[in-house]
Amino acid sequence: MSETFVSTTGWKPNPRAARRRRADHLATAFGMLMAGILVLVLASILWTLLSRGLSGLSAAAIMKPMGPPGSSSGLANAIVGSLVQTFMALLMATPLGLGCGIYLSEYGTETNKFASCVRFVSDVLMSVPSILVGLFVYQVLVAPFGHFSALAGSVALAILAVPIIVRTTEDMLRLVPTSMREAGAALGATRWRVTLSLCLRSAKTGVLTGILLALARVSGETAPLLFTSLGNQNWSFSLNRPMASLPVTIYQYAGASYEDWVQLAWAGALLVTMGVLAINIAVRVSARRG
Amino acid sequence: MTLATATQPDEARDKAGVSHSGSRRSGPDTAFHLLVAASALLVLVVLGGLVLLMGVGGSQAFRTFGLGFAFHDVWNPVADQYGAWAPLFGTIVSTLIGVAIALPLAFGTAFWLTAMAPPRIAAIVGTAVQLLAAVPSIIFGMWGFFTIVPFMARTVQPFLTHHFRHVPGLRFIIHGAPFGTGLMTAGLVLAVMIAPFMTAVMRDVFAAMPAMLRESAYGLGATRWDVMWKVVVPWSRTGMIGAIVLGMGRALGETMAVTFVIGNVTAVGWSLFAPRSTVASLIALQFPESPAGSLRLSALLALGFILMLLSFASLALARMLRGDTK
Repeated sequence: MSETFVSTTGWKPNPRAARRRRADHLATAFGMLMAGILVLVLASILWTLLSRGLSGLSAAAIMKPMGPPGSSSGLANAIVGSLVQTFMALLMATPLGLGCGIYLSEYGTETNKFASCVRFVSDVLMSVPSILVGLFVYQVLVAPFGHFSALAGSVALAILAVPIIVRTTEDMLRLVPTSMREAGAALGATRWRVTLSLCLRSAKTGVLTGILLALARVSGETAPLLFTSLGNQNWSFSLNRPMASLPVTIYQYAGASYEDWVQLAWAGALLVTMGVLAINIAVRVSARRG
Repeated sequence: MTLATATQPDEARDKAGVSHSGSRRSGPDTAFHLLVAASALLVLVVLGGLVLLMGVGGSQAFRTFGLGFAFHDVWNPVADQYGAWAPLFGTIVSTLIGVAIALPLAFGTAFWLTAMAPPRIAAIVGTAVQLLAAVPSIIFGMWGFFTIVPFMARTVQPFLTHHFRHVPGLRFIIHGAPFGTGLMTAGLVLAVMIAPFMTAVMRDVFAAMPAMLRESAYGLGATRWDVMWKVVVPWSRTGMIGAIVLGMGRALGETMAVTFVIGNVTAVGWSLFAPRSTVASLIALQFPESPAGSLRLSALLALGFILMLLSFASLALARMLRGDTK
């Protein structure tokens, strides 16, 4: 919209219009400022992470396990612990989330009260404070057995991942045109065949996106692991014992008064953030291509 | 209902090889239906169990202190006296500060991105805002602790105390030693954490408005801000309130980021710059040192139950408002 006025005609802009234009400019500046602040915050976070974390991110930090302060220790067991627990969590959450999402989209019609109830509950679960999930799993899987375990941590992460997978699976399956289901049925395919081999297959990319987003979400979670997998200074591959994880290690080390531990916390924070952001960017890029 | 029809053995098909009511059913089909329905049921059970166990675990505290538990402001593990008011107060005030700051951030960003920014720049800025939403909360905590806390302690608090110390109403809000931690710092960090989510919802709400309304207003000579303020905002009011409530729900339960910057002192007071605690941060800090079966553990679970209720209420409210717009 051009807002220049040619004064040679003798026409003058009226003051109301001028005021409205001023308001428009002010609002633009305000919006730009607000967007700028958010971008600046992201830049500041990335800068803080890079400037403090990069120097600690050596081969030793990745290859060596955790240890007492001053012993040139690393984060290796925390990194592996995080990978194991998120992998286990996805292993549990994916079938459950897919099943629930399929149920909601294929059987959950408008009139199905049970389905709308599940849909609501899944939404509630998505916004439950993650620390409460940790408390819940503590009561179910830690207190009765008398010890913390990596399995409990994985279950807590799985509970956080399920509603994300449910939501994307349902949304993506709903995008599959009815004509495709009808075509499958006309060819004599049974319903489960139509659902799995036609609908789920054509919605594959979207469903995979949901699983990846769930992975990104849970791999940075700290609160649900505090009371479940607890953390561990030593190597441990048993699901029945406490296991270290990157976020919990960051939490323990960031508040420590040993300089090398704080350094490791920043290196870990950099690793976690880069991993999470890389997954998000990959998902976005592939979505744009698809 | 659907469960009932599904479990009925489909005898018609078995006998005659044809299906009644137009849909083929078979053993595997029923099994598949049962399987997916069971996973839906499991999701239901998980939430039910979550609420139930929190309530059962907290019952000892509720029995000991009665309903006054929620409004009693002493949290003293040494004397075994527990009241929820101090952390609840911290949660509510830090959430309100966070939402109050996040609202202009989100609204301004959503407005600029949908109506003002050149498409290419809008795509970049939009992606950056979405990435901000993906940053794990513990990272926000560390960033807040090493960036915002020193800034508050060295710049904001001395400035405020110097200039507003003698203003009667403000004195209570700003007094306190310059630790840099407290409700204000927590509110600031919460604001930048929830603003991306609110921006995303607001962008969706703005985009859902029929283009006709917008174009008619432009046709009448309205500026972009006129269109925003007099057409888009009134049209999408409930959706925007939904965005606010959604942000509120996230801020209520935020744990790691708040634990880093709030100072963790269980006290009640109006100063926004003195160390406080929130429900989530108190649970994170004190749970590991509470022995099983103790009154303290029960009090923490009771706090969790109250937080669950708050988060549930905010989601139900958001759902209700979103339902209105449809």
